[in-house]
Amino acid sequence: MPVTFKVNGKSRTVDVPADMPLLWVLRDELDLKGTKFGCGIGQCRACTVHVDGVATISCRRAVGTVAGAEVTTIEGLSPDGSHPLQKAWQEIDVPQCGYCQAGQIMAAAALLKKVPKPCDDDIDTIANICRCATYGRIKEAIKIAAGTATPAAKSGEEV
Amino acid sequence: MTPTLASRRDFIRVSSIVGGGLVFAAHLDTLEAATAPFATAIPDFAPNAFIRMTPDGIVTIMAKNPELGQGVKNHYPMMIAEELDVEWKNVRVEQADFDPLKFQGQSTGGSNATPSGWGPMRQVGAAARAVLVSAAAATWGVPEAEITTEAGALIHAGSNRRAAYPEMFEKAATMTPPALTAVKMKDAKDYKIIGKSTKGVDVPKIVRGEPLFGIDVSMPGMLYATYTKCPVFGGKVTSANTDAMLKERGVKHAFVVEPGPNTQLDGLLGGVAIVATSWWYANNARKNLKVAWDDGPTVASSSAGFAASAAELSKQPPQRELRKDGDPDAALGSAAKKVEAQYFYPFLAHAALEPMNTTALFKDGKMEIWSPTQNGGGRALTAAMLGLQQTDITIHFIRGGGGFGRRISNDYLVEAAAIAQKVPGVPVKLLWTREEDTQHDVYRVAGWHNMSAGIDADGKLTAYKEHVISFGDKRMNAQGQEQWVETRGVGMGPLLFPSRFVPNFSVGMSYIPNAGIPTGFLRAPGSNGIAFAHESFLDECAIAAGKDPLQFRLDMLSNTLTGETNPNALNPDRMKGVLELVREKSGWNDRAKLPKGTAMGVACYYSHRGHFAEVIQVTVSKAGVVKVDKVWVAGDIGSEIINPVNAEAQVQGSVIDGMSEAMGQEITIDKGRAVQSNFNNFPLLRMKDAPVIEVHWRKTEFTPTGLGEPALPPVPPAMCNAIFAATGKRIRTLPISKHDLKWS
Repeated sequence: MPVTFKVNGKSRTVDVPADMPLLWVLRDELDLKGTKFGCGIGQCRACTVHVDGVATISCRRAVGTVAGAEVTTIEGLSPDGSHPLQKAWQEIDVPQCGYCQAGQIMAAAALLKKVPKPCDDDIDTIANICRCATYGRIKEAIKIAAGTATPAAKSGEEV
Repeated sequence: MTPTLASRRDFIRVSSIVGGGLVFAAHLDTLEAATAPFATAIPDFAPNAFIRMTPDGIVTIMAKNPELGQGVKNHYPMMIAEELDVEWKNVRVEQADFDPLKFQGQSTGGSNATPSGWGPMRQVGAAARAVLVSAAAATWGVPEAEITTEAGALIHAGSNRRAAYPEMFEKAATMTPPALTAVKMKDAKDYKIIGKSTKGVDVPKIVRGEPLFGIDVSMPGMLYATYTKCPVFGGKVTSANTDAMLKERGVKHAFVVEPGPNTQLDGLLGGVAIVATSWWYANNARKNLKVAWDDGPTVASSSAGFAASAAELSKQPPQRELRKDGDPDAALGSAAKKVEAQYFYPFLAHAALEPMNTTALFKDGKMEIWSPTQNGGGRALTAAMLGLQQTDITIHFIRGGGGFGRRISNDYLVEAAAIAQKVPGVPVKLLWTREEDTQHDVYRVAGWHNMSAGIDADGKLTAYKEHVISFGDKRMNAQGQEQWVETRGVGMGPLLFPSRFVPNFSVGMSYIPNAGIPTGFLRAPGSNGIAFAHESFLDECAIAAGKDPLQFRLDMLSNTLTGETNPNALNPDRMKGVLELVREKSGWNDRAKLPKGTAMGVACYYSHRGHFAEVIQVTVSKAGVVKVDKVWVAGDIGSEIINPVNAEAQVQGSVIDGMSEAMGQEITIDKGRAVQSNFNNFPLLRMKDAPVIEVHWRKTEFTPTGLGEPALPPVPPAMCNAIFAATGKRIRTLPISKHDLKWS
């Protein structure tokens, strides 16, 4: 059954069963590999994308329900990786393995739209799993992007 | 076929046409002869095992070990670039394929990259620099000893001459590189890269969501596979409705894969492959898959049964003695105080966030594999399981979404290869579900530690006796004698603290046989469970002795009774150093001022050549909810913290990893299969649970060692010791979540 929706600003039509999760449409049908599969039951949230601006767990969202919607993935968050979160993530070297980070950034971007200057409790509502546990740096990077970071002790001089 | 991920060959082809760059032979000494054939076989790529420099001043360095988040893709190139004396901003890093003739060991694990690469990787850089120095000396007619280098330039101060490295490429290409062991390396005080922070080389791609991981491998005509195995470990397929699977949407192939020619539980187990045009189709088809299984003997195994066996064995003397000093029984008999306890830790899964996967292509009798694996072991395994020659198998290392020891095993890799072998000419990507990842893991082995200690009237530990129950099988050795072969990852040994520091000491093992549970190496294997038992029990001893638990450890470490030293065991001076550092940084001596329900616990542990002491502060609510407020870590991994920004991240990650394990993780076995299946019943901590973690280094004169693991083992005991201090409740079995911690 053909489903038409916008992905990162472009209209796309896919002919797949309506119950196919958005995650697998993005990854295997549209070849957008940035959105990650981690659990398939909405627990880890590595598959977080925006549907009409709302952070959405794409492994639990049937593609049939996004017909006509506007989907944004990590590939479409900014044209060139220049979103303040993407810059902050690089500035303080957030990732370890990096696998969850697209989902973390998408969750953080949705949070900043709702709460431009989030406090710690606001940030703690992001429930995406980071198996490497980069949580401290994710929190700091969100604050840098929001302009609320207090200068922290650097973990060593940089090359 | 070139996958969209692997632009490496294109890059090299282009650069060799455009650049005509100098190719440095940076062989490791012992492999110089063995490397030679590559010079003719792959002219594009060899003989520059590690370094390629182009006239624009860009230095491309091959990262030989697989990267899974531990940071080795920066680490080794940093060492090479330091001694080559080039600026980090001009370095580009490329991931090497599995090619042990060129690169020697290419295994990620055991926190081993730093200790094993510290010498050779710096030598690789220094040897390349030495050739350029020789070239400049010959060109300028001056002695080599008068030439210095700086930021990719050669300098002869006496004649005021300076040349960028590329100016010497032509001359250098005619010169013979020196033997690696003969090259002079920098004094540490001259380091410009080692000891400074470098950002992860893949981070720009990560934040843009560019294809990077094993699961992202994609190539034209690729199909997607699922592989259904018996839920009972080691079970086999009797029959399956594979014909019916072919009628499911998107499914192109469905077949039974026979088990490989041995019974290795992380080798090739039998199963049903479904190959489709999308992974979701392959997975969805399984709703209608019907398989008759031959469960095999492991169906009789269960956690309850193991606990009963452990209780029986605990009543008997150990089957195997690891060490005995003095007379522990007599000393226990005459002790002023006696402490006895049994500790238990469960099986654990790895739960790397990227589920196991591999892409394979079998074409013209050759197998090409793209895998997020931790090593090249999949080549020999695939050859043995599928009847191929190792020389016909290529493995490309693809960045892995976490490893934690899981990807030391290559079961997913050989499964992908077995499926690809049945559909020649078609690249196939096998991906496991999270449930399969959890239920077909190689688990951290469970263990029971029975410990007794005797304390004299002065509060000194005078006797210590331990009997560990683990898993193993009796096998015939070469001499025809039966002996116990323990399952992987047990990790007990004769030198574990407090061995050597107690005059009357014994430790022995007994084994539960024929369990049939696949076990393996989970971050800080052995240590991650043993430290919980040992360091919690020492806390009990300290409290029984009426001593400050941190000071109790310092006192013990000052008491080197046997006088025995061992470079691969705890060094008391180094451990005392980190204990004192963490005491100071955490404010340990002021802990009595903390409010009721809030308390500190301490633990220290030596593992993977690192000495770590950690203090954890917890608050336990009256309702029994545990929150970790803050963690202080003091570590000694030798003379250099090679990449500080990554070092701190590894420690902080290890701490939260240890907290997750201690707090809520357990794999239980029922009817020969794992009960837990996904993050809903095998929980990982999230942002709201993450404490502030201070990391402090004590630099010592020792050779630098690794950091993927040694910060983890002290975490579970420090946490449980803090919970005891807060509530008076001693946790002797993990996970913590199973205990009622209410207090009033």
